[in-house]
Amino acid sequence: MIRFDNVSKRYPGGKDALQAVNLHMEAGSMAFLTGHSGAGKSTLLKLIALLERTTRGQLFLDGENLSRAPKRRVPMVRRKIGMIFQNHRLLFDRTVFDNVALPLVIAGYRHQDIGRRVRAALDKVGLLGQERAFPITLSGGEQQRVGIARAVVNKPRLLLADEPTGNLDPDLSRDIMHLFEQFNQVGVTVLIASHDLDLISRMPYPRLRLEQGRLLNGDGAAAQ
Amino acid sequence: MRLPRPVHNYFARHAQVALNSLGRLYRAPLASLMTVAVIGIALALPAGLYLLTGNLQKLGARWDGGANLSLFLQHSVDLDQARALRQRLAGWPEIDTVHLITPEQALAEFREASGFGQTLDLLDENPLPAVLAIRPDAAHASAHAAAALTERLRALPEVELAQLDLQWVKRFNAIVDMVRRGIWVLAALLGLAVLLIVGNTIRLEIQNRREEIEITKLIGATSGFIRRPFLYTGFWYGLFGALGGALVVQLAFLQLLEPVQRLVGLYQSSFSLDMLSAGEFLALLTGGASLGLLGAWIAVGRHLSAVEPQ
Ligand SMILES: Nc1ncnc2c1ncn2[C@@H]1O[C@H](COP(=O)(O)OP(=O)(O)OP(=O)(O)O)[C@@H](O)[C@H]1O
Ligand SMILES: [Mg+2]
Repeated sequence: MIRFDNVSKRYPGGKDALQAVNLHMEAGSMAFLTGHSGAGKSTLLKLIALLERTTRGQLFLDGENLSRAPKRRVPMVRRKIGMIFQNHRLLFDRTVFDNVALPLVIAGYRHQDIGRRVRAALDKVGLLGQERAFPITLSGGEQQRVGIARAVVNKPRLLLADEPTGNLDPDLSRDIMHLFEQFNQVGVTVLIASHDLDLISRMPYPRLRLEQGRLLNGDGAAAQ
Repeated sequence: MRLPRPVHNYFARHAQVALNSLGRLYRAPLASLMTVAVIGIALALPAGLYLLTGNLQKLGARWDGGANLSLFLQHSVDLDQARALRQRLAGWPEIDTVHLITPEQALAEFREASGFGQTLDLLDENPLPAVLAIRPDAAHASAHAAAALTERLRALPEVELAQLDLQWVKRFNAIVDMVRRGIWVLAALLGLAVLLIVGNTIRLEIQNRREEIEITKLIGATSGFIRRPFLYTGFWYGLFGALGGALVVQLAFLQLLEPVQRLVGLYQSSFSLDMLSAGEFLALLTGGASLGLLGAWIAVGRHLSAVEPQ
């Protein structure tokens, strides 16, 4: 599903955020990405979603060489990925329903299909009753679940989450992680960047450790 | 007729975006109205001038066709002699019609039109001469031929003064033509102003919706998808601005209608003031909407690509 071949990323300022990273994730696997602050976790996820471009090396998603993908491919690549952010990145002037529906609207789904799929996604994250609410009226955990519903609503085969539990208490964090497990169980590939060693050490998934831009055990993730 | 589904879907989505953009304008009525008003004024100015000069041209053409000559006869010429002269001149090939205005008629008309009736009663005798109003034959109505004719008529012993009205009609028409050409320069400048107004409004709109743009890009929106609502916003601004402009022009001309009618009545002319025709109205709307769309297009091209998700 994901393959990094000697990928390096240097930011315009000259900072080498990733150096010669090799990584392989099978379709349907799940892994955690760990490392101290500034190690390059977010950068690695951003490269996959084409929020940043590789400086050197090759990055493949689903067999497509993203390092060579032209600009106009970017939206299509992003539609294949469900992304979840620490700060949720919801639209606060739209209802929960409209937020979750956004990827479908963008992809040009028909009205009837949108309603059905949005409700299915909200049902999965346990927010079916909150369709009409505005995100501002929801708790942090609920907002994060809206973000997850939005990420999964068009059934992507890959979920990327950057610190999805960063602001949540331990109970809520466990719930969120459990949600990710459920998606993985139905075949979705899941990669989660997280600081929360306490939580992830109790879960049976490989950990990819970044240290100052170098991946210590990239191929370990392949065997799951 | 039923459209095939993808096509139907395409139109449905566009209609949806168009309505959403409209709704957004409606939800910020004051700001929208201000922008629309500024665009309306910018469009009303050249449109109104265009209409005004169009009317003046029509007026000029009417006079031009009947390049009139007035022969003011000597006081010593009595009415019989004047009639004889009229008869004689009517026979000239260069002359189409000759109309005799007797001093009495002239006085009556003057009394009627000027409102100096009582003052005129104080006069012992009629100071006005007999006048022959001459309309040259169509073949001799050109400025040059009419001038030559004037010279010949001036030489007649009965004639005190021969006046060709063509001169000032020509000048009038030339001025109107010049003003009309100037309108295009004005229209171009104000069109540019509309582009800038819409462009700036859209730029602010993009700034205000930065977060939304970033998020939609983040989850895979194409630049076309992101661009569309802004283009529709520009389109609506232009369209409503043009509607406002047309309204202003129409109201202004309605105000003019009565005074013009009164003035024209004074000259016993059947001139009627032209308002915006349906074609001109449509052209104004099309022009306004196009300017709005273009302004939005430019702003979107310049500012949207700068918004990239982090
Ligand atoms: N846009 C940028 N321009 C320049 N340098 C950047 C940029 N983004 C990140 N960096 C640098 O790259 C390095 C890796 O950053 P990254 O955000 O990937 O770290 P991280 O592992 O996600 O850290 P954290 O756990 O704090 O989120 C850091 O040193 C950071 O300063
Ligand atoms: Mg980070």
